[in-house]
Amino acid sequence: MSMISLEDVEIGYDARPVQSGIRADIRRGEIFAVVGDSGSGKSTLLRTMIGLMPAQGGRIVFHGPSSFGVLFQNGALWTSMTVLENVMLPMDLQGELPRVARPALARFKLALVGLADAEERYPASLSGGMRKRAALARALALDPSVLFLDEPSAGLDPLASRRLDELVLSLRDGLGITVVLVTHELDSLYRIADRMMFLDGEVHRPVALGAPAELARSASSAKVRDFLSRAAP
Amino acid sequence: MGALFTTDGRELVVAIPERGVDPAWLARPLAELGLHSVRPLRTVRVQSPAGWRWGTPDAAFFARLLRELETPGQKIMLEGLPQQLAQLLALARGAAPALAAESAPRADVAERIGLQTLRVADDLRAFLALLGEVVMLLPRFFTGRAKMRRAELVEVLAESSSRALAIVAVVNVLMGAILAFVGAVQLKAFGAGIYVANLVGIASVRELTPILVAIVLAGRTGASFAARIATMQGNEEVDALTTLGVSPAEFLVLPRVVALGLLMPLLYIYGVACALAGGMLVAMPILDLSMTAYAAQTQHAIGGAHFVIGALKALLFGGLVALIGCHHGLRAARSAAGVGAATTAAVVNSIIGVIALDAVFAVCANALKV
Repeated sequence: MSMISLEDVEIGYDARPVQSGIRADIRRGEIFAVVGDSGSGKSTLLRTMIGLMPAQGGRIVFHGPSSFGVLFQNGALWTSMTVLENVMLPMDLQGELPRVARPALARFKLALVGLADAEERYPASLSGGMRKRAALARALALDPSVLFLDEPSAGLDPLASRRLDELVLSLRDGLGITVVLVTHELDSLYRIADRMMFLDGEVHRPVALGAPAELARSASSAKVRDFLSRAAP
Repeated sequence: MGALFTTDGRELVVAIPERGVDPAWLARPLAELGLHSVRPLRTVRVQSPAGWRWGTPDAAFFARLLRELETPGQKIMLEGLPQQLAQLLALARGAAPALAAESAPRADVAERIGLQTLRVADDLRAFLALLGEVVMLLPRFFTGRAKMRRAELVEVLAESSSRALAIVAVVNVLMGAILAFVGAVQLKAFGAGIYVANLVGIASVRELTPILVAIVLAGRTGASFAARIATMQGNEEVDALTTLGVSPAEFLVLPRVVALGLLMPLLYIYGVACALAGGMLVAMPILDLSMTAYAAQTQHAIGGAHFVIGALKALLFGGLVALIGCHHGLRAARSAAGVGAATTAAVVNSIIGVIALDAVFAVCANALKV
């Protein structure tokens, strides 16, 4: 069942298209990766999908009631707040949960990402991996139905990156959320993505859509096959 | 320099001198180097000296030579280059569009003025939009419905109040003292020394203290607002707020504008007291006046209208400084340089804005005869 439909979407800045003709149906509960070369518009597509930038053309349709959480590339934790306050802030701003329940729920989210003992720490005192996990806990604060992850492995060592991947998989399996992932990490792609879309920065349109292992064997674009063959499926 | 270029039919021969390519050639027209207009070429043959130790200037020179000699659809063969240099050149020529884009002619003066005007107009439009949004949000703040953190407001109040007291005092005491010095010398000559109290009182209450306090806060608090929000912008913290459906104007700008707007009148009263004290400390010994006489004259000189105008100015100056600081923070480029530029712009534009608003006050007060 489709969760998000990208209908002939065109993205770009100041009427300068970066990608056009983006068509995809992102299914409920799948991990959908957006891949491409540097500057091809992966993060721009994500920013457009979450409403930070207007689409230059086409439509992005969320099917049914949906809410989303975002893990930004640098974590984007609010530096003047503790980790717990970071996770609680979305709840405070939304204001629907009873005030007394918020700290306990925020602690639960932190426990989900393995940061139960870091709630009083400030972002500046956390390692890169911990910051990403704290940001993930914040993205989960309002129980989103879709999670957008922008380069979650960026700046992490391979071990921390692997742990984060496993966490995303567990969260998807445990919470049943849909994940849209922007990445250039092949290991991560093969490990967790159900399907991927490859944005070609030279022809300014997507050139492949499908399961990574399948595309590695049979993508019509040599560039995609070459890209995917740099790591074993 | 011997002949660098010789042509033979559709072949150009380039004789590299013993010392290789001079990097200065990269900036000189080919005609100056001895290559005048040539027929369309098929080949460029390089004659290199024995033991030629080529470097990137050589590669850059040949890349430029080919770029200038090649015509659309007509590639020139390059022969006689060492293999590694040929590979380096091929790599550079692969990125030719980027190189060409970098050397695109700069916009002329008129175009640059036009672009700058459009940028300023765009900036002004965004500032007015932010001003409108904040004004619309004020009722939400005063009814306790604004989406913001109380801790943020308290932090801003602390940062802008107690920690600014010392500098506000120093500046205002000195300003009052300077006015008293200048006034005493001039007025004493007319036997009107006592009117120094009027000069210091009216000037500080009505004009100088609001401006000075605003300038101090522009350099201190407005700059810190801009730097803080610009850094948040670079770290995507502002985006994170936006994705939660919270307007940055409501969460970040509103508490700062309100805090500074409310604090400024208090700092103004404190600043006026400091300025009057500074004036009194100088005037009393110079003019041989008693404290009572000076204070009575000051009290007589300063009417309620002066105070109301001064306090109103302080309130609006405070809001303006905060708004300009936040505006530049939100518009900052997402880089370290962007933070610096936002901070500078916030201070400069705050000072200009405060003085311009003061001029508006002067015109209005004159029209209203107050």
